[in-house]
Amino acid sequence: MLWSWDYTLKILPGLLRALPITIAATLAGFAVAAVLGLPLAMLRRSKYKTVSLATRWAVDFIRSTPLLVQLFFIFYALPLYGISLSPFACGVIGLGVHYSTYLSEVYRAGIEAVERGQWEAAVALNFTRAQTWFRVILPQAIPPAIPVMGNYLIAMFKETPLLSAITLVELLQVAKTLGSQSFRYMEPFTLVGLLFLALSYPSSLLIRKAEKRLNRRQSTRR
Amino acid sequence: MGLHMQEKTARPEEAPVPSPIVRYRGVRKSYGELEVLKSIDLDIAPGEKVAVIGPSGSGKTTLARLLMTLEEPTGGTIEVDGELLWHKEVNGRLVRADEKHRHRVRGKIGMVFQHFNLFPHMTILRNVTEAPIHVLKVPPEQAREEAMRMLDKVGLADKADSYPSQLSGGQKQRVAIARALVMHPKVMLFDEVTSALDPELVGEVLKVIRDIAAEGEMAMLLITHEMDFARDVADRVLFTDGGRIVEEGPPDRLFENPRSPRLQSFLSRFRAGSSGGGAGD
Repeated sequence: MLWSWDYTLKILPGLLRALPITIAATLAGFAVAAVLGLPLAMLRRSKYKTVSLATRWAVDFIRSTPLLVQLFFIFYALPLYGISLSPFACGVIGLGVHYSTYLSEVYRAGIEAVERGQWEAAVALNFTRAQTWFRVILPQAIPPAIPVMGNYLIAMFKETPLLSAITLVELLQVAKTLGSQSFRYMEPFTLVGLLFLALSYPSSLLIRKAEKRLNRRQSTRR
Repeated sequence: MGLHMQEKTARPEEAPVPSPIVRYRGVRKSYGELEVLKSIDLDIAPGEKVAVIGPSGSGKTTLARLLMTLEEPTGGTIEVDGELLWHKEVNGRLVRADEKHRHRVRGKIGMVFQHFNLFPHMTILRNVTEAPIHVLKVPPEQAREEAMRMLDKVGLADKADSYPSQLSGGQKQRVAIARALVMHPKVMLFDEVTSALDPELVGEVLKVIRDIAAEGEMAMLLITHEMDFARDVADRVLFTDGGRIVEEGPPDRLFENPRSPRLQSFLSRFRAGSSGGGAGD
């Protein structure tokens, strides 16, 4: 099958129109993951054994089951219990919850990198537990975690084609439809690949740059 | 153990023995099989300066960490200003107190650490104002004024806008002292505060502590390897070894006439090795 430039140009606008929903799902999902990941990381450090164990168990469970299965569950199984959401909402929740477990590990690494002396100084100054977290520990734990979180953002972006399985009209879904209409698959799927590349590669460069800047700042502060 | 060593207490006018600001009763601490403290009884009078010397691993740092609630005693009780620190009395029985209770009692204790533990993400000024503003609820403007006064006292007012990484070890430790002082504790713990410093920086930190000690009103527990310093500053010196207070007394007596063989050998070892300025371990 030969590559047709005419056809390529014809389908490009349609694919580009699907891009915003792909990006929106990624960003919204990431926001959910970032917000949910932090309390998961903090709960794992709870002094109550049951709380930290339960959190650990939940994190392991979600991480060890495929995202696609979780998406199907949210989209097809939850409505049986009266919870029926749009494909977009399902996608955001699915991506967000799944990736929150990864991000919680990233946060955890950042938290554990904070010296024990910082916790002790906070006790000596009589900060409450909450003040210790939000004034002393997290401001030190999160900045070093940001580049790693950026990598997860890109990884998540590349997983959005899974959302086509729950009928969200994102890039891959559009490409599939186009292909089935014209029986030309080469151009749509190549374009999908290129669009992903065009977004994720510059982003990864950006993250690398942020990482370098951060390292410089940390070396002057410590 | 001797609780009447008040000869050099800062306030001789306070008639008989004032009730202690800190009282350890039968305090024990062990980690699994290892017993670090074996039944410590110790009273510290308000304003009294108590130095603790002893070999590494003798339990002297643990003594301070239990009082700061960084570690929980395995047995016994600690009272601060007449209130139990780790326990509460419920129907005549002692039960473990909750964090809320410890939070309240611990407000009377301050601590300066061996490794400074300044907050690296805050300026020097914010290091000193953060706790007064958020813990003591001092108005920010007032907290800044007091912090600047305190930084001036430790000779670092010009560093207010720097970050800890831009300071030398001696400067960091002086900031840490200022940070602890603005909380106005009744008892201040100094845990080997010069041990992590280059020898040429030890003097500036000790001078600051001497100045504070001279002001008198705050009790101090000084865990130290600096014998001359202990002798100058302390009203009373404790020698710990093997998890016990082996000997205690006024500094002159203790250093001139050590009674126990273990203190004698500790001091002689120390004198032999003190030219290097290091710790006796």
